[in-house]
Amino acid sequence: MATSTPTKPVSNLTEATVRFCGDSGDGMQLAGTQFTNTSALLGNDVATFPDFPAEIRAPRGTKAGVSGFQIHFSSNEIFTPGDTVDALVAMNPAALATNLSDLRDGGILLVNKDAFNKKGLEQAGYATDPLEDGSLSKYKLHSVEMTKLTRLAVEACDLSQKESDRCRNFFAMGLVFWLYDRPLEPTLRFIEQKFGTKVPKVAQANTLTLKKGYHYGETVEAINTQYHVEAAKLPPGKYRNIMGNTALAWGLITAARMSEKRLFLGAYPITPASTILEELASHKNFDVLTFQAEDEIAAITATIGAAFAGAMSVTASSGPGIALKGEGLGLAVITELPMIVINVQRGGPSTGLPTKTEQADLLQAMYGRNGECPIPIIATRSPGDSFDVAQEAWRLAVRYMTPVMILTDGYIANGSEPWRIPELSELAKIPVKHPAPLAEGETFQPYDRDERLARPWAIPGTPTLEHRLGGLEKQDITGNVSYDPDNHEHMCRLRARKVARIADDIPLQELDGPDSGDLLVLSWGGPYGACATAVHQAQAAGKKVSHCHLRYLNPFPKNLGEILLRFDKVLVPELNLGQLSFMVRSMFMIDTIGLNKIQGKPFSVAEIIAKIDELT
Amino acid sequence: MSIETTLPVLKPADFASDQDVRWCPGCGDYSILAQMKKMLPTLGVPRENIVFISGIGCSSRFPYYMNTYGMHSIHGRAPAVATGLKTCRPDLQVWVITGDGDGLSIGGNHLMHCIRRNMDLNIVLFNNRIYGLTKGQYSPTSPVGKKTKSTPMGAIDNPLHPLSIAIGCEATFVARSIDTNIKHLSAIFKRAAHHQGTAFVEVYQNCNVFNDKAWEYATHRESKADTTLELEHGKPLIFGKDRNKGIRLNGLDPEVVELGKGITEDDLLFHDERSPEPSLAYLLSRMRHEDGFPEPIGVFRSVDAPRYDVLTNDQIEEATRIKGVGDLESLYTTGETWTVA
Repeated sequence: MATSTPTKPVSNLTEATVRFCGDSGDGMQLAGTQFTNTSALLGNDVATFPDFPAEIRAPRGTKAGVSGFQIHFSSNEIFTPGDTVDALVAMNPAALATNLSDLRDGGILLVNKDAFNKKGLEQAGYATDPLEDGSLSKYKLHSVEMTKLTRLAVEACDLSQKESDRCRNFFAMGLVFWLYDRPLEPTLRFIEQKFGTKVPKVAQANTLTLKKGYHYGETVEAINTQYHVEAAKLPPGKYRNIMGNTALAWGLITAARMSEKRLFLGAYPITPASTILEELASHKNFDVLTFQAEDEIAAITATIGAAFAGAMSVTASSGPGIALKGEGLGLAVITELPMIVINVQRGGPSTGLPTKTEQADLLQAMYGRNGECPIPIIATRSPGDSFDVAQEAWRLAVRYMTPVMILTDGYIANGSEPWRIPELSELAKIPVKHPAPLAEGETFQPYDRDERLARPWAIPGTPTLEHRLGGLEKQDITGNVSYDPDNHEHMCRLRARKVARIADDIPLQELDGPDSGDLLVLSWGGPYGACATAVHQAQAAGKKVSHCHLRYLNPFPKNLGEILLRFDKVLVPELNLGQLSFMVRSMFMIDTIGLNKIQGKPFSVAEIIAKIDELT
Repeated sequence: MSIETTLPVLKPADFASDQDVRWCPGCGDYSILAQMKKMLPTLGVPRENIVFISGIGCSSRFPYYMNTYGMHSIHGRAPAVATGLKTCRPDLQVWVITGDGDGLSIGGNHLMHCIRRNMDLNIVLFNNRIYGLTKGQYSPTSPVGKKTKSTPMGAIDNPLHPLSIAIGCEATFVARSIDTNIKHLSAIFKRAAHHQGTAFVEVYQNCNVFNDKAWEYATHRESKADTTLELEHGKPLIFGKDRNKGIRLNGLDPEVVELGKGITEDDLLFHDERSPEPSLAYLLSRMRHEDGFPEPIGVFRSVDAPRYDVLTNDQIEEATRIKGVGDLESLYTTGETWTVA
């Protein structure tokens, strides 16, 4: 910065959590993303939680239209976006009303005073102005005329009032950037890239507003402390910040490259999976074909057609879409074609809570089809982990000639974290074999099997291997239609055995903590971070608690049963009513204690700790 | 090094699989299968490059009887399966076999979207105006009043007309033939095979068990000359045993007129299958026996238009030309990165 900086005391923190919230048109997701990227560039470990309404533009100023973005940044390794908020930015009364309960006592509260007018207060349900009535006295309240100051900042830019007001989020950003001692340069670069050549006056206005916010922090006397969070000590390497769905899409692209395959994605837009389709559509130069289908059923059946064609074939959706794909998945199972089916879970049933997270589709993944129809299931645990899971899913799909389900969720999909960029040499090849044309006198048997029980993946265009697949029961070996009762039972058992055998091909389950004790916290998917943090804290407090986080849900790792028996109690925190518990109980005949939450929100660390304390 | 390859000359028998055909004796499907097997060897396309995709229903057993690649998929979804296949492998010749229930009822959505994308697929819809495999319920092409097991007092919903649907979706190739008119059927299949883009063929097919004689008016030796009209590109619409009747436009409506008595061929409607406007083809598709019209058979429409399967692969080439072949390292490092020592 060119201007001289009046010195204010700087207080060092190990970590902090900030939330931007405002109307869904206020640019809060952008503010959060910029703050995240800047913090990541500074070397902090970060974890984020964007939270937005299902409506694109709910009526302005209403509680229904409030959009938020939370960032937890630290000089230590962190796994969650934070339980409580240290600094809350509220752009209007509705945002304050819906978010204040998460601000810790004594936390910093930055509000846009100009939005606290009669109409705004009424829409948020305030009888009196909270900025005036003393109800916010337990917080460090800074009531700032952001609208007015923004308009002043952009006076010279020749903007309409509406356009001027759209820059407000940059004022808020500038102020928070100062408060947490973050540089403006990455955001200035972003403004230049996004608007610089296209709409120079918008670039100029946003730049001026950002700096205005920053200077406001520097100069206004009421804000008397600046905070500083040192870089975290992450393993050496090159890093970037990455969102879950982006990591998943890049993992798919990588798997296609590692198996020397075209990548085909058949998908129908659905929240929160659509960004996978969008991300892949922007990388056509990796030989990626994206097909936006007419519906979910066409998406999976086109995916089956692409698998028959010999491509690396993927479909991505969320729970309601997966329900529609059920019959198609059955066809994929009986034709034994390799493909990946991604479920980015959201709140259900039915349309449910489209933009909120949940883990209630595990049993749908296990059992949601007609007939005996087993498929392997693996789950991502964090945004960056999605990259590895995508490749592992494809490895299993081609080795076992089966559709593989990836379970992720809205929290992972939209959340972000620093990701160590892999060296190309670290990436594993995924070998794929297609049978060659037969020699004279040989007969092709499409349902013959190798030692893993996988059938050959013969693709059209190969002379002498012409064969017919289909949804009618197959005769073992020949693949011809068969109604023979014994053959049907044989084939059902064979398909089940093939999937069960994958347990021999996946790593043994590891534990975080001692291999026996008073309590085992057993988790899968998104709650990984909250469980890991809670267990570390409990261990530091001397408790005999270990953490077992499952990536493989079908089949389970071979040693899971014996692990469970070595602990007095097993706690299963899940964002559903006990679906993993159901599976574990029925498979291992042991009791589990559920910690279940279905509010469309992830677990807080405090919720897990409280349960651990209750049980130990 | 020169590699000499000679394509083996294939015979109809080369396209027969080793599976027993299990349609009811007397079913119109046998004839359709026979004509397909006869026609395919004339194309010179290697057998391994031909794929038949079907849905569910009597007609959809078709792929099992062809010694090509094939998939008997799920009810109504064959056009979508074929779309994924053809998108990834434009080198294959892909046929979709469907029926009136499979294609127009449960799979109506896929059929519509497949046609408007102009995927290079050959879709053959066997229309027998009944659900055969489920033993005789009415179908979306059954006429009003049709009494079946599921409509004991008669069907009350208006039927769909396959060609009107296809033309409404601006299909680039639309044709109709009849199971018993074997020469015509074979010629239409060949035209469909040569068309670049979605070729949609409706075949009047008799289900002799559950809906026998549904098309008798169009197939009976005595009546067919008066109840059907064979379309020929550039020719006037003339029909009748004595070739003395024709179709004339009266304003926007077709009417049947008798030649002679002051009406000459020049007064008649001339067929133009290459008309860019689908209106004429649509008008022809609405000429119905019950309204006193002969039902046209032959090619209603055959025009060129961009194909989805080609365009989507062109975009890959274009993206590669602009950005270069995708490089993983530069993908991972797009945007801001930092290094931890």
